[in-house]
Amino acid sequence: MQRDLKFILTGLSIILISFGFTYSYDEPFIQTEKTDIPVYNFDELEPLLYTDSEKTVIVNFWAMWCIPCVKELPHFKAYADQHPEAEVIFVSLDFPKDIETKLKPFLKEKGITSKVVLLDDADANTWIDKVDPNWSGALPFTIIFNNQKRAHYERSFESLADLENEVNKSILK
Amino acid sequence: MKKLNVIFLITLLMGTLFITNSYGQDRKGPPPGDRKGPPPESKHSPIQSKSIDEIGGYKIGDTATDFILKNVDETMFSLSDIKNAKGYIVVFTCNECPFAKMYEDRLIELHNEYAAKGYSVIAINPNSPENESEGFEAMQKRAAEKEFPFVYLVDEGQKIYPEYGAVRTPHVFLLDQDKKVQYIGAIDDNAKSPEDVKVKFLEDAIAALEKGEAPNPNITKAIGCPVKAATSK
Repeated sequence: MQRDLKFILTGLSIILISFGFTYSYDEPFIQTEKTDIPVYNFDELEPLLYTDSEKTVIVNFWAMWCIPCVKELPHFKAYADQHPEAEVIFVSLDFPKDIETKLKPFLKEKGITSKVVLLDDADANTWIDKVDPNWSGALPFTIIFNNQKRAHYERSFESLADLENEVNKSILK
Repeated sequence: MKKLNVIFLITLLMGTLFITNSYGQDRKGPPPGDRKGPPPESKHSPIQSKSIDEIGGYKIGDTATDFILKNVDETMFSLSDIKNAKGYIVVFTCNECPFAKMYEDRLIELHNEYAAKGYSVIAINPNSPENESEGFEAMQKRAAEKEFPFVYLVDEGQKIYPEYGAVRTPHVFLLDQDKKVQYIGAIDDNAKSPEDVKVKFLEDAIAALEKGEAPNPNITKAIGCPVKAATSK
């Protein structure tokens, strides 16, 4: 009887320990993923479009191939640099295959240190309305929000002052 | 003997601890934090800076006016030039936009299949020619490279695209025989990968017209490049 019990316990311990090992072994990979540019579908992206906090969040939908998007990028960077209390998130609609070869070098060159995620969800017709029913789908598109207020912009910002002015008008006021 | 059992029990407990510990870190998807998932319906008060209504353009059922625009072959083209048309596939597209380029082959196929049935593709480049890569010569070059079987027109003076309400490329307007707008939007539901298309919005809309029915859906959306207006405006 005691022998049986010992046998079972040994077996269990080995199984449990190996589980522990498998999980801890994964950790380094998960860590690197966090500093990387994650590729999301819309369901994975959607939580980033809302906040519980009073801080200002700016989410900018853009792509490297979109000329007006690239032109307004420095204004978002300037805003992020000058307003550390706010959060700026860039949602790239570039191609996942270009992340390492084009997107990362591009962001480095532009000095973008804010969070960047890549949205790869083919059927845009189903998710564009969930972002904003008035959005046509043209880029760039920006949402400025906190837990109380929300404003959508289907246009590019002309300057840092333009962006600051809109944040003040729609969120902080 | 009893001592051994105790050691086993401890190992077992430690094993359990390991699992609980690492499990919490094994999250995929969006990081946790002060964020909250989908629509807190009434909590937000959206402010809209520019709505589709404000952009203007045709609505379903509006009658499109004809135009006279220059084709890449340097002749002038009007919708009325197409004899016995049962409808018109007017698509705003351009040379450079990756989303427009991904649809070039599909537009060629569409024209080859539907022109004989009375529905020709009429491609219009709405972009300002200030950028050379969207200028007339570049359009001629692209049309020749791809051997477009359809007309590729330049929206000289950028007067036609605002009338239609085209905001991005590609942007399709399906007109019926009487030039009434019957469908506005995307060609299908997968720009990046033609083989993964599930719904062919435009072809379904044409099929509906053929049956004398109203297309459903009659408006769809897609990601696209913004139309580049002239800077001297």
